[in-house]
Amino acid sequence: MKADPAGVLTGTHYLDGDFACGEAAMAAGCRFVAGYPITPSTEIVERIARRFPMIGGIFIQMEDELASMAAVVGASWTGTKSMTVTSGPGFSLMMENIGLAAMMESPCVVVNVQRGGPSTGLPTMVGQADMMQARWGSHGDYSIIALSPSSPQESFDLTIDAFNLAETYRVPVLMMMDECVGHMTEKVVIPPADEIDLVPRKLTTKSPGEYLPYKLNGVLTPEFARAGDGYRFHTTGLTHDERGYPVMSAECQEQCVRHLIDKIKLNADQIVRFEEEGIDGADVVVVTYGITSRVARMGVELARQRGVKVGTLRLVVVWPFPEKRVRQLAQTIKAFVVPEINAGQIVLEVERCAGGKSAAISVPHMGGAVHDPNDICAAIVEAAG
Amino acid sequence: MTEVTDERPVRPDEHPIAPFVRMDRMPHIWCPTCGIGTVVKCYASALAESAVDLDKVSIVSGIGCTGRVAGYMKLDGFHATHGRAIPFATGLKLGRPELLVTVFSGDGDLVGIGGNHFIHAARRNMDLLVILVNNFIYGMTGGQNAATTPLTARSSTMPFGNFERPFNLPHLAASSGATYVARWTSLHIRRLTRSFKEAIRRKGFRFIEVIAPCSTVYARLNKLGDGLDLMRFYYEKAEIRHGADTRQVAIGYQDRIVCGKFVDEEQPTYLDMMHAHYAKALGERYVPMPPEGGWIRE
Repeated sequence: MKADPAGVLTGTHYLDGDFACGEAAMAAGCRFVAGYPITPSTEIVERIARRFPMIGGIFIQMEDELASMAAVVGASWTGTKSMTVTSGPGFSLMMENIGLAAMMESPCVVVNVQRGGPSTGLPTMVGQADMMQARWGSHGDYSIIALSPSSPQESFDLTIDAFNLAETYRVPVLMMMDECVGHMTEKVVIPPADEIDLVPRKLTTKSPGEYLPYKLNGVLTPEFARAGDGYRFHTTGLTHDERGYPVMSAECQEQCVRHLIDKIKLNADQIVRFEEEGIDGADVVVVTYGITSRVARMGVELARQRGVKVGTLRLVVVWPFPEKRVRQLAQTIKAFVVPEINAGQIVLEVERCAGGKSAAISVPHMGGAVHDPNDICAAIVEAAG
Repeated sequence: MTEVTDERPVRPDEHPIAPFVRMDRMPHIWCPTCGIGTVVKCYASALAESAVDLDKVSIVSGIGCTGRVAGYMKLDGFHATHGRAIPFATGLKLGRPELLVTVFSGDGDLVGIGGNHFIHAARRNMDLLVILVNNFIYGMTGGQNAATTPLTARSSTMPFGNFERPFNLPHLAASSGATYVARWTSLHIRRLTRSFKEAIRRKGFRFIEVIAPCSTVYARLNKLGDGLDLMRFYYEKAEIRHGADTRQVAIGYQDRIVCGKFVDEEQPTYLDMMHAHYAKALGERYVPMPPEGGWIRE
């Protein structure tokens, strides 16, 4: 299915990452946004609030982020593509209903423009310290997909992808932006509507009598019924069977929760996405995502000038993590170097997958600024030595 | 002498509200003499008597004893997180305005953990029918103190009696902007059903509080007798005063329960306000959501 031209602001623009994200949501067919203002994400909903009345969408500023996320899950059940937008403190509050979206298998998109934490932290300054929270933040076992753009253009492109992934896998998809990308203004090309491919909601073709909301039948995700179409279905945050009815048993828990994990795990090869550069013959591979991938470029150049064979692996999709590729690389290189604007989060995943075959060296930064490329260079040189 | 037989006078599937209930989920989890089932019966009767297109009715519950209602009614039913039934329902309503969205939950859920959502939905006059079953206590978790527990009543977390001031819910709803506010007990089945029927045809934030017995915890902890004793208490202590000033309807421990319809006024809903405002501010540039039907069969 192609995008509805009404939501697509085709052309070449000079936009920041936040505005680009908002434009992409509208291009992707998002017509319901609930949010609560929080720096540095607010520009996204401001853009949407200004444009939605002209394209048939509804934006509502809710009383808090608990309500915003709950409203997004509710709207998702009407078949409307739905999104919320926040930053760290709000992301914490949204965890409750991100879990509900995962459990009910409600497609939706959550944007987190990361700032420095913990708590109120650095409201206006950059951080990347919510990456593990994105994966594990709500209680219990479940899966999500998380994307990390490194430019305003990629903020646009990945937001479209986020909506498509949410529909394909019926999961909450988390756009893990950071303040730098959110507030950085660059050229953004928005293609014509007929060049934007969208995944529509997979509505059931069964009759109300034979429809079961969580019946899999060997397919990836169950078929969807919208509220108000006569299916009179039930869905719950409780552990449920294929009828959507709560069943309190270890057997049902096994089936229900394993499905939530397997639908992402078993399709990781289709979801995982990364970019590599200079990997062949490298002794060191720098693993990056978001704004840090751009800062690391200079660190890599400086290290190359000093004769180190160093490549880069940039994560576009952070969760699911590219386990296979990191395992492969670990066989041939000396070390991974992982600069992140946090105390060392994704490096733990790199280390796990490297499994001792190669080193995984963290280059932590507590936030408020990006790395000094010299620090990244120094870590690369030391790792190669 | 009464003869005991295995025959039931009415088969479960012959029960008048069976078409509204997921009979494959019976028996329900509610205790004997719990008032929730009675409120469900009244709501189902109201739907049956209101020419409502049931395909267009969604029901949303939070967590708790009353939170199970959305799972038992044969409607599009959503069992959301604790306290979040109202914002979840807000998303449903705004995503598809043709739906009649009913929120059916308990006092702990809607005005304890969910209190902030309650007042804001009322402030916006969000188009929701909110049915709150108030049993004065957290029933499902075993009788902890609630935001509605009357002063001096015992709960498991106020073992020497409650010293926290409770909410006066009709006043909370009315002063937050609800456009229909009523209170009944689960004894008032005809008046309650009539109130539901009336509210189904209204628009905006409609709030109906139903006082209901919890004999398993509230009555046991407070030595108030069994279910029948509680119904007798409602019979004796309920005062019907339509149009009463909601400031005067707070509930004291084992004190009178003022019932009736306190507020019933027509005010533009959130969506009415939004449409009117954008139409005025933006003129032809305003593109409302594609219009659909409604929930009343003409």
